[in-house]
Formats: sequence, C-alpha cells, structure tokens
Amino acid sequence: MAADVQLASSCHLFDPGCGFPSPGLNIYEFKPIFSIGSFDFTKPMLLCLISVLIVVGFFWSAFAKPKMVPRGMQNVGELGYLFVRDQISRETIGKKGDKFVPFLVSIFFFVWIMNLMSIIPLAQFPVTSRIAYPASIVGMVWLTYMYLGIKHQGFVGYFKNMMFPPGLPKWLYFLLAPIEFLSNVIVRPFTLAVRLFANMFAGHMLIVTFSVATWYLLGPTIGALYSATSFIVVVALVAFELLIQGLQAYIITLLTASYISSSLEAEH
Amino acid sequence: MIYLASGEEEMNPLLPPLDEIIIGGVAFLIVFFFLGKVLLPKIQKTLADRTDAIEGGLARASEAQAEAQAELERYRAQLIDARREAGRLTEDAREQGAAALAEMRAEGARIKDEIVASGHAQIDADRKQASAVLRQDIGKLATELAGRIVGESLEDEARQRRVVDRFLDELEAKAAAQTAEQVR
Repeated sequence: MAADVQLASSCHLFDPGCGFPSPGLNIYEFKPIFSIGSFDFTKPMLLCLISVLIVVGFFWSAFAKPKMVPRGMQNVGELGYLFVRDQISRETIGKKGDKFVPFLVSIFFFVWIMNLMSIIPLAQFPVTSRIAYPASIVGMVWLTYMYLGIKHQGFVGYFKNMMFPPGLPKWLYFLLAPIEFLSNVIVRPFTLAVRLFANMFAGHMLIVTFSVATWYLLGPTIGALYSATSFIVVVALVAFELLIQGLQAYIITLLTASYISSSLEAEH
Repeated sequence: MIYLASGEEEMNPLLPPLDEIIIGGVAFLIVFFFLGKVLLPKIQKTLADRTDAIEGGLARASEAQAEAQAELERYRAQLIDARREAGRLTEDAREQGAAALAEMRAEGARIKDEIVASGHAQIDADRKQASAVLRQDIGKLATELAGRIVGESLEDEARQRRVVDRFLDELEAKAAAQTAEQVR
C-alpha cells in the first residue's frame, strides 16, 4: 500500500507525542523496483505497462476473430468501440471523424485503465497522477491536431484562421491574435494534461489521507468510532473515484475529438 | 515502497521526468498500434459487413415479397382469364346446341312435309287409279246391264265408252249436287 510508512509507524490518536502523519507529495514517489544505470524502473511504469497489456489483451480477446453475430467479449468490446465512435467521435467530428476513432478509442481505454489502477488492490495507484503519463498522451494529441490543422487548412491558413477570425474590428486583433495563439497552441495541451493529472492526483491524495486517518484514529475507545467513520469515507471515495476515473477518460477523449474537429475545418 | 524524499527539488509533481514521458509515450503507441492497425480495422469491417448483411437481408425480404405479390397478381389474372374462357365456352356450347336444335327442327319439319306431300301424291294416284278402275268396272257393269235390259249389245267400243262417260258424268254431277245439299 502507498501509505506503508504511515501504517508502519503504528502511531495512533491519543498516543503521547504522536501527531497525524499526514501524507504528502512523497506518496507519489516510489523506490525503484530495479535500476539500470541511472534509469530507475518504478511502480507507476510497471502499472503503465500492465495497463497496456490489459487494454491490448481486452481488445485482442474481443476483436481478434470478429464474428458477424457477436459472442461474449466481442459484445463488450463492440459496446466500448461504439460508445467512443457514436457518443464521442460522431457527436463531435461527425461521420468524417470515423478514421480517428482508433486514436480516440486508444486514448479512452488506455487512460481509463491507468486511472482504474487507483482502486485495483495491490496496484492502488493512478498512473495518470504522475504528470508524465498524461503529458506523453497529450503530446501525441497536440502533434495530431497541429498536423491535421496544417494539412487541412495550410500552414498559413491554419494560423490565420486560428488567430484572425473574420468579422471583428481591426484593433481587436492586436489583443485577440496572441491570446488565440496562446490558447490553441500552449494552453490547450497544458490544461488537457493537467486536468487529468490533477483529478487523479487529488483523488489519490484523498483516498490515502482517509486511509491513513482510519489507521491513525483506530483505538480502544471513541477512536474506534472515528476510525469507522473515516473508513466509510474511504469506501465512498473509492466509489466516487470510480466515477471520476471514467469521467476524466471521457473528457480527455471528448476534448481530443473536439480539437481534431477544429483542425479539420476553420471555426467561424 | 515509498520513495522517501531524498531532495526537495525532485518533488514538483508538475515536472514530468523524461524517462516516464518516454515510457508513457511508447506505451500509448503500443496500444495505438495494436488497436489502430490490427484490432479495430477488423471490427470496423465486421460492423460494416453486419450492416450490409442486415440491409441485404431486408432488401432480399422485400424483393421476395414483391415477387410473391407479382405471382399472386399473375394467378389472379389467370383465374379471371380462365373464368372468362369457361363462360365463353359455355355460351358457345349453348349457341351451338340451340343452332343444332333449330336445324334438327327444320329438318324434321322438312321431312314431315315431304312425307305429307308424298302421302298426298300417293292418295291422289290411288284415287285416280281407283276411279279409273271403278269407271271401267262400272261402265262394263252398266253396259252389260243396259244391254240386258235393252237386249241390244253395244258392241261398238267407242259408242259404249261415250255412253258410259256421259252416264258417269251425270252421276258425278248428281253426287256433287247431293253433297252440296247435305253441306247446306
């Protein structure tokens, strides 16, 4: 468990000289499982690779030999695929977005499984609560929508459509052009990555804090009641996190679709 | 498992370490490769095939229905034709029967007329013959009788015939007068 140190401290409420060992940023830092030179292989990396295996394994079992009449896993896989295609891609981009559905499906399921690691026993760490993982995915998204924008609107056209939307008074462009450039090229990817990271970071922090509190408050007298209350909060938070994990995976996929859509044709 | 902070400068959670970016990026590319290049094209094809199959099935069903409808129309038309044909045949037969009947009637009437006419002719001939024979016999008898009475034989053939004829004419006239009297 992530809070090993705090649990191992066996420090409880009412013990003399024992303050609440509140978890800090250290719960996101892991000792390397093994090291090759200066490269440290850590638990989030392992969970990330396990997530790859789960996503690829799931879709392999569902779609490796697809049948006209779906059975078992194929039904589940089709449900997931059609959810992304119909509820995200076609809602946002339309029919011409169908060729980006594999990209969106990869983002949705990969992010969702990495998020889910937060509440899976033994894993219990959302991989996306380390900024590097959202950042690497968002980097691909950024490259994709910049490339598509330049390809479909031309290099000049893309930035012109982005920074100089027609029909505004001329003096406004001095203000608007840098804002739009900043918003589309820098703020978009930054917020996309940070939104996912911060949600998972905060959720994990909450669960760990209340888990630690459950242990810290445990005592023979009134402490048992405090501890039980804290535990109930942990259970509720786990259920809440389950919701947030799906929601954040959905949001990052939806926004990616929206950015791709805005690159395919100039917004007016 | 917790990596206890060895230095505060490593603790900024918003600074992504390069090794994790690389691992995250490679991991995502692996997922994207398998899904985008191998697995999702398969299901896309299957879904398209399924749509085709469903739409094809519907098209085939409506085609079969139209065919059945056409067949039904054809049968109905044939039935109507057959009924009309049967009616026509019945009418023909009736007409032919009537014609045959009329022909037979005419034939019958003709034969009857022929028979009647030939009967009349026969009767006429018989009457003439009988009247001739009778006239001869009566003449002979009357001559004989008159000869006996007069005592004189009327040998002369011609004279004899004239006398007999005159006598008979008188008789006939008398008979006609008598008949007229009776009728009156």
